[in-house]
Amino acid sequence: MQATVAGAQRADARAWLLVAAASAAWVALYRTILPLWDWLVYGVAGLDPATRLGGAVHFFFYDVSKILLLLTGIVFVVTVLRSFLSVERTRALLGGRRAGLGTVLGAVLGVATPFCSCSAVPAFIGFVAAGVPLSATMAFLIASPMVDVVAVTLLYGLFGWQIAALYVGAGLIVAVVAGTVLGRLRLERFVEGFVFETQVRGGVDPALGLGWSDRFGMGRDEVGGIVRRIWPFLLVGIGLGAAIHGWLPEDLFARVAGPDNPFAVPLAVVLGVPLYTNVVGVIPLVAALQAKGLAMGTLLAFMMSVVALSLPEMVLLRRVLKPQLIAVFVAIVAAGIVGVGILFNAVL
Amino acid sequence: MNVKVLGSGCANCQRLAANVQLALEHAGMTAEVEKVEDVAAIMGYGVTATPALVVDERVLVSGRVPSPTQIAALLRGV
Repeated sequence: MQATVAGAQRADARAWLLVAAASAAWVALYRTILPLWDWLVYGVAGLDPATRLGGAVHFFFYDVSKILLLLTGIVFVVTVLRSFLSVERTRALLGGRRAGLGTVLGAVLGVATPFCSCSAVPAFIGFVAAGVPLSATMAFLIASPMVDVVAVTLLYGLFGWQIAALYVGAGLIVAVVAGTVLGRLRLERFVEGFVFETQVRGGVDPALGLGWSDRFGMGRDEVGGIVRRIWPFLLVGIGLGAAIHGWLPEDLFARVAGPDNPFAVPLAVVLGVPLYTNVVGVIPLVAALQAKGLAMGTLLAFMMSVVALSLPEMVLLRRVLKPQLIAVFVAIVAAGIVGVGILFNAVL
Repeated sequence: MNVKVLGSGCANCQRLAANVQLALEHAGMTAEVEKVEDVAAIMGYGVTATPALVVDERVLVSGRVPSPTQIAALLRGV
């Protein structure tokens, strides 16, 4: 036993050293990419920064490398931090709470808990069986996909931290409001009956007994998985963004989808529903459109709709929720997103 | 040894099943690998985060996909 403890300590020390070295390399690289692409695009390739082509090529390479670096760093840190929580711990934290505070906590934990929307069904049943109020369960299920780490990182990389923070805040508000409304409507009768009859055996806590080297390993695997999955979408999205940036007229959207058009936000929300898997390609694209006069609130509403209202998740939830409740769920979340979009268009 | 992979057939569950196969080859073991997709059956193991790995009716992993090496170490420990 003594030997394994010492071994685990050695593995942790080695993991910390590796992470420290990788962080230093990350910072150095992050500071180098702008001068590097300046030099390569304008110096070596000899493109003129004042031309459309020069600007678009530089925009493409610089943005792709910046966002990949940001994703690597942020996803790693978030995954390591999230490894201290688990769906089981969250369920224990939420069980038996009153609706009000429980709903806010449900939304916050929806952001903080490592969760794949493919386990929405067992999580839903587990929450209900543990006495978590329906409003808190719904707030959790809405906030979890909406405040997505990849989406927030892209917003940060393309618009800065203010817009990213605004998005996180708005996502939490939509989750709390929609959760509260769903809880108030007394919709428990539209939950499939077997959910309340399911006996949940003493839960298993997957976060138990993890060492630092395990947590860092999870972070590394998550970064690898996400980068491998998204890079084609990212290249296409930023490529189209660069083209729009360079060639589309400045005021293209200012007239049709500017802040004065009341139909822009609902339309953006409807358009967002089928685009579920392509959020990574969609964000750079809409970022470029924003520069052409698309209003910020419309843009944020569109993004929320892309990530929060997804058809695959509806199909999964159908196993535990009756169609009426799914329809109400979609309607309330969509209304919340439209409200947030219109509010931001009015304020920003 | 009886090995079960619990999950609704999502990408992570398939990755876990593939890693389990690799781990078995790696460790030179043979075992029946069964996929459990029924929600009620999954809940019966007390699992709320998929994918999960169950060996001889004991839940060893839930809510994440360990590497083949880590799984091999878990399987040897059973």
